[in-house]
Amino acid sequence: MAGVHISTTINGDMVEFACPQDETLLNSLRDRVGLTGVKEGCGTGDCGACSVTLDGRLVCSCLVLSAEVNGRNITTVEGMSEEGKLHPLQEKFIEHAALQCGICTPGFLVAAKVLLEDNPKPSEEEIRYALAGNLCRCTGYDKIVRAVQAAGKEMRKKRR
Amino acid sequence: MGHDTKFTNQEFKLVGTRPARPDGVDKVTGRARYGADISAPGQLVGLVLRSPYAHAKIKKIDISKAEKLKGVKAVITDADLPDNTKGNRDLLDILENCMARGRALYDGHAVAAVAAIDDQTARKALKLIKVSYEKLPHVTDVDEALKDGAPIIQDFVVDPRTKKNSNLCKLTTLGHGDIDAGFAEADYIVEQSFKTEQTHQGYIEPHACLATLGPDGAGELWVTTQGPFAFRSTCAELLGLDISKLKVTSSEIGGGFGGKTHVWVEPLALALSRKANRPVKMVMSRDEVFRASGPTSSTSIDVKMGVKKDGTITAAHAVLRYHNGAFPGFWGMLGAMTSFACYDIKNIKPVGYDVLVNRPKVAAYRAPSAPMAAFAIESTVDMLAHKIGMKPIDLRIKNAAKEGSRASYGPTYGPIGIGPTLDAAKNHPHMRAKLKKNQGRGMACGFWFNFGGQTCVDLNIGTDGSVNLIVGTVDVGGSRASLSLIAAEELGIAYEQVKTNIGDTASLGHNDMTDGSRGTFSSGMATIFAARNAIEVLKERASKMMDVPLEAIVWENGTAKAIGKGHSNMAPLSLKEIAAAAPKTGGPIAGHKEVVADNAGVSFASHICDVEVDPETGSTRVIRYTVIQDAGKAIHPDYVEGQFQGGAAQGIGWALNEESIYDKNGILQNPGFLDYRIPVCSDLPFIDTQILEIPNPNHPYGVRGVGETSIVPPLAAIGNAVSNAVGVRMSHIPMSPMRILKALDDA
Ligand code: FES
Ligand code: FES
Repeated sequence: MAGVHISTTINGDMVEFACPQDETLLNSLRDRVGLTGVKEGCGTGDCGACSVTLDGRLVCSCLVLSAEVNGRNITTVEGMSEEGKLHPLQEKFIEHAALQCGICTPGFLVAAKVLLEDNPKPSEEEIRYALAGNLCRCTGYDKIVRAVQAAGKEMRKKRR
Repeated sequence: MGHDTKFTNQEFKLVGTRPARPDGVDKVTGRARYGADISAPGQLVGLVLRSPYAHAKIKKIDISKAEKLKGVKAVITDADLPDNTKGNRDLLDILENCMARGRALYDGHAVAAVAAIDDQTARKALKLIKVSYEKLPHVTDVDEALKDGAPIIQDFVVDPRTKKNSNLCKLTTLGHGDIDAGFAEADYIVEQSFKTEQTHQGYIEPHACLATLGPDGAGELWVTTQGPFAFRSTCAELLGLDISKLKVTSSEIGGGFGGKTHVWVEPLALALSRKANRPVKMVMSRDEVFRASGPTSSTSIDVKMGVKKDGTITAAHAVLRYHNGAFPGFWGMLGAMTSFACYDIKNIKPVGYDVLVNRPKVAAYRAPSAPMAAFAIESTVDMLAHKIGMKPIDLRIKNAAKEGSRASYGPTYGPIGIGPTLDAAKNHPHMRAKLKKNQGRGMACGFWFNFGGQTCVDLNIGTDGSVNLIVGTVDVGGSRASLSLIAAEELGIAYEQVKTNIGDTASLGHNDMTDGSRGTFSSGMATIFAARNAIEVLKERASKMMDVPLEAIVWENGTAKAIGKGHSNMAPLSLKEIAAAAPKTGGPIAGHKEVVADNAGVSFASHICDVEVDPETGSTRVIRYTVIQDAGKAIHPDYVEGQFQGGAAQGIGWALNEESIYDKNGILQNPGFLDYRIPVCSDLPFIDTQILEIPNPNHPYGVRGVGETSIVPPLAAIGNAVSNAVGVRMSHIPMSPMRILKALDDA
């Protein structure tokens, strides 16, 4: 099968790679760009472990073809901390023990960041529905929701 | 060095606090490496061809075309996996489950495997393998499989009663007393049948490994597993390797819940690597995980219990039929053992049936087999309470097992937590909260044995005074934090000074798997003694450095202090100072410990649950949930609560949604997260937890395992809540909207 050549911005850096036409963004990110923080839980859009943003929008990278991302802007969990400092969400996830095995964590962090940027003060219900596309089998979501609430608070404080 | 494991009620500075876990930063930044996250130079992609039939004879497998495809480096079938099991039937079953041997026994059974230079080539190669099947009659239902004339799945299995070929592979009768006499004493008797459906552990990370095996018989396996040592011995035995020549490294594990205590594609990856002489990476798809890796049993359970008007349960009888998949197991036996464990009943008789069906080999899932038995028994206990007009909680309190009670599975209990969890439930504000229309409240109890087993740890002190603890139990949910806390507590140093790592099979002696809620219990016990052994070394070094006899040195707050005449004004030496001098005082300072950590404390929980059922649609929401469980001692309470909440959430999914559906051809209809629906964030409320600490007398800190019991009560607690909400007894799990509507119609 003919390959495609992709040039794109990932976590602020220019990245180029070549891949088969039908390769998913998930596989390119993991196998060609080396961003294995993006996880595969299902490959069918049902678990959210592969969540990334594409031009600021939350997507399942297993449902996006790499051929579609030429010239576009991608962020992954690897791009969340800035200047060597953890993002408040990352800090609060650790502080609130919002992860057990941690395989779902990258997807939750990316999705929660999009949520808090859109809606800095979400209600519990809004958090639960915004994260309903991300499966976690370990935690029962309790500590995840609390971590997102705490991070929201922290970010609001910083903004003031 | 000897050790005494008795509970000593010592005072803690660190144990019981909630510091950040040592692997936290790795896991929130994407740096942590799981099963599928590493690669090797020249690595191939391995894929498996699976049976499309529930039961079939494999007449021929033609791999010649696949082998010829450019980029294909190896194709294997059962012919590449000769039987090295030397008459060990259990091991042969594992081998045959990994790769069919002349017959496919369930939808998804592996038939052949390929290794190729990339995914696309490997996929093409799978299509070129031609398998001729002869379909055989199949059976997937546990009750059908027991009927006369049912298709027989394994011809070496005979009914222990009739000695005839059968699908009944094990019959376990337990109990004590005389149930006939007990029923004769009863004022009321309740009989009820129950069914539960097959569920899956549903870990988010699929099975994945990277295998390298050379022609010299030496190999390496990087794998997501709960037990690298067990994987090493199983793989070595199946492939005819020397155990010490295979190094297994456990990756970070993305959930296991019992499902990663069994090998699936790992022996195939090694066999492919051996044939191709290149590293082979295998990652199961979600479809494969659901079709071929460890589900739970589906069950069919009949319960009969008798009660006096005053609430004394006089007799209890249960017949528990558990499907095992296509290979013999002991799941019905475990169900029978746990069935009445919460109660002190004079006359009991649980009988477990283990039954073969054409479904994947059943694997452990968190407190395996206990949730289904608890569903049946705890539902019946509620029915008894209603019969005599007693509150279900009071009936439970009256009959609860206590120290000295004989357990349904034989032994006599020491100090246990069932009574205290019930008292805490009775006094919990949740019990008194008002319910609205269409809402119901239920409660249930649960039990799990917990397990200790073989463990060894190494504790090495660096010359800067920082401590490296190496353990062999895989960290499935934060145990590294707990073990660091224990090491720091014993040594008297800061938590941050200790770094706990998981060792590979070449760096430590054998460790049993992280199962049976044993990780923190057993490695914690070994860590306590390794640290105390290291302290002995530290004291010896201090005695040299201070020129004071060893007997005059005590260890206090992380320092060696000289006591007695003439020493009182000597400055104590800190661990740091002693460590810095180590090169000159005798070399590296370390502590080691190997233990068989027996006497893991049994664990009990009581759960309370409120649901709201929509009578129009039959859909159910859990609106409030409370978990009360005895932890013995919570080392890191965050991760104990996490275990309580996670188990409860899995139980909620099991009770309301989760079900593997097989069609009439025995084909799994829902091998994906879309149709096998596990709870999502918006399905659940916050899950309230209350940790009780009734010390385990056989652990220095009183620790009991905490990981599994929390999945035992939810099926019944929710069953009771829904039954109370709709006024009809629910007896079939999951209580999907359709089943609830049908129960309402039938009533
Ligand atoms: S891997 Fe993309 S949603 Fe599951
Ligand atoms: S922490 Fe394991 S799946 Fe979420």
